[in-house]
Amino acid sequence: MLTSGSPEYSDRETRSGFFPLPRDHPAHDEGPSSFPQAAALELRNVSKRYPGQKEPAIPGLSLSVEAGEVCVLVGPSGSGKTTAMRLINRIISLSGGDILIGGRSVLDHQPTELRKQIGYVIQQIGLFPHLTVNENIATVPKLLGWNKARTEARVRELLELIGMDPDDIGPRYPAQLSGGQRVGVARALAADPPLMLMDEPFGAIDPISRARLQDEFLRLQEQVRKTVVFVTHDIDEAIKMGDRIAILRQGGVLAQHATPAEILTEPADEFVAEFVGEDRALKRLGLATLADIELLSPNGLAPGPARVPLSATVRDALSRLIAGGGSPLTVVDGEEQVAGIVTLELLGSVLGDGALGDGVHADGSSVAAERES
Amino acid sequence: MTFVFAAAPVIPNFGGGSARFACERANRLLCPNWVSRNWSTVLWPALRQHVELTLIAVAIGFVLSTALALSAYRRHWLERPVLIVTAILYTIPSLALFELLEPLPGLGLSRTTAEVALVSYTLLILFRNTLTGLREVPAEVRDAARGMGMSDRQSLLRVELPLAMPAIIAGLRIATVTVISLATVASLIDNEGLGAPILSAISNEVFKTELIVAGGMAVLLALMADGLLVLLQRRLTPWARVRAV
Repeated sequence: MLTSGSPEYSDRETRSGFFPLPRDHPAHDEGPSSFPQAAALELRNVSKRYPGQKEPAIPGLSLSVEAGEVCVLVGPSGSGKTTAMRLINRIISLSGGDILIGGRSVLDHQPTELRKQIGYVIQQIGLFPHLTVNENIATVPKLLGWNKARTEARVRELLELIGMDPDDIGPRYPAQLSGGQRVGVARALAADPPLMLMDEPFGAIDPISRARLQDEFLRLQEQVRKTVVFVTHDIDEAIKMGDRIAILRQGGVLAQHATPAEILTEPADEFVAEFVGEDRALKRLGLATLADIELLSPNGLAPGPARVPLSATVRDALSRLIAGGGSPLTVVDGEEQVAGIVTLELLGSVLGDGALGDGVHADGSSVAAERES
Repeated sequence: MTFVFAAAPVIPNFGGGSARFACERANRLLCPNWVSRNWSTVLWPALRQHVELTLIAVAIGFVLSTALALSAYRRHWLERPVLIVTAILYTIPSLALFELLEPLPGLGLSRTTAEVALVSYTLLILFRNTLTGLREVPAEVRDAARGMGMSDRQSLLRVELPLAMPAIIAGLRIATVTVISLATVASLIDNEGLGAPILSAISNEVFKTELIVAGGMAVLLALMADGLLVLLQRRLTPWARVRAV
């Protein structure tokens, strides 16, 4: 049980919990609500076969996700990505293989007990229309038997965490709300699950709101550091959200499991190359910001009128360069100070160097976040 | 078969020439004097019996049909047979059903017979509304409930039944109004409720005040019961009235 900081917590190892953490473990004090550590996830030769179907939905999938990592499952429809995700919390039962969370098999738990320890966000959100936002978020704490004061405090904290005013939004019903996705995420986080499952959480949303929600989630993830399994059919979303991406092909076969940069640079096969698209070089540019590359010194060059922020992606800068007919752009930092110059030739040479290699994504996003704040 | 009307004689002695009975002597349609004289002996007891008949029938019907709806919700194959049986019960003309039940052992001309018939008319409405209400709970809401670790029972009690509540109460409203109306006919069997004065008025062919007053009371009772159920629904489902953004 996730009972960090609760009065009923005991040091005795409980069979039902992933985290028999000692009381003085730092995880109890970390983060806004002493989030327990994220748990590593391991799929061992997992298979799913539906009765009456010749081909298994998933023939044998092995995948490991490190604690605190966002693993995106991506693939075309029929690739079994949602099935794979739902095997983890046993909404769908395993036909073979095993799934370990924090080193412990999901089969060791009662399904209902297991699910209380795993955050679950679905595309249609599935907020309970007859419960207020407060009550929705309190669902799992209530199932876990938290007392009223603790639950209320936790709900307030989560609403603040997702940038909503608890006094205004909390008593509302879902029908009186825009931005149900964020409440859905808060509800999934309510009991500090070490693992979150997110099934196309931003799927049915307009592109602008989706980009904003994605950014918000990445910022949230910086704070809470959950292990996240994120399902999408959108490769761009996968590249943006994933620390690592698992690309599945038709028939539930893993085609490649690697960082976004690796997948874009070295697609494992034809299928992956086609799936990530012919514009994968451009997508790679979208992983890095101007802060990640060495800019030309502004010395000697008069700062032009065309300006671009240091936090812009290299891809956006390239687009601006092309739109401007190739004339150089002046890069400015958060204080509007000139940081350098970017030209088409510079970007060409950067690409040639392979300077935008592994790990750019993680660094890039954190750099961008720092610059913004 | 003959029906026995055991109610107290309601046509008072017209002789005597007292002004108190002027209305009755003139055989007007509505005689307020008659109403006030017979309120405590005829009308009020009839109203109370009517309310009792209705409450018992709706309560038993509600319990039975909820049990049936919950069973059919989990076991789809049950839905058709239950619908067929309750639909047949619902379509039997009420007079015929009373006649059919009367000779059965243990029933006869009793309140039990009346209640059996009344209950059978509530089943179709209540069963269908409850089942539809449960089925219309959005799939993603059920998925979310399950995904967050609710057992089937918790999901039913905390999520599915509350969400089906508007449909369930809508069924209760129709069933209650139907039963209040049919219970007047049931007086043929048990000679109680607001149907008794109505039948007595029909049988004496002349004096109509009691028919009009008792009939009017049945209508008012139905309206009040319906109003109370609307209030209950507002109380139970505040979320159903919020304005969507």
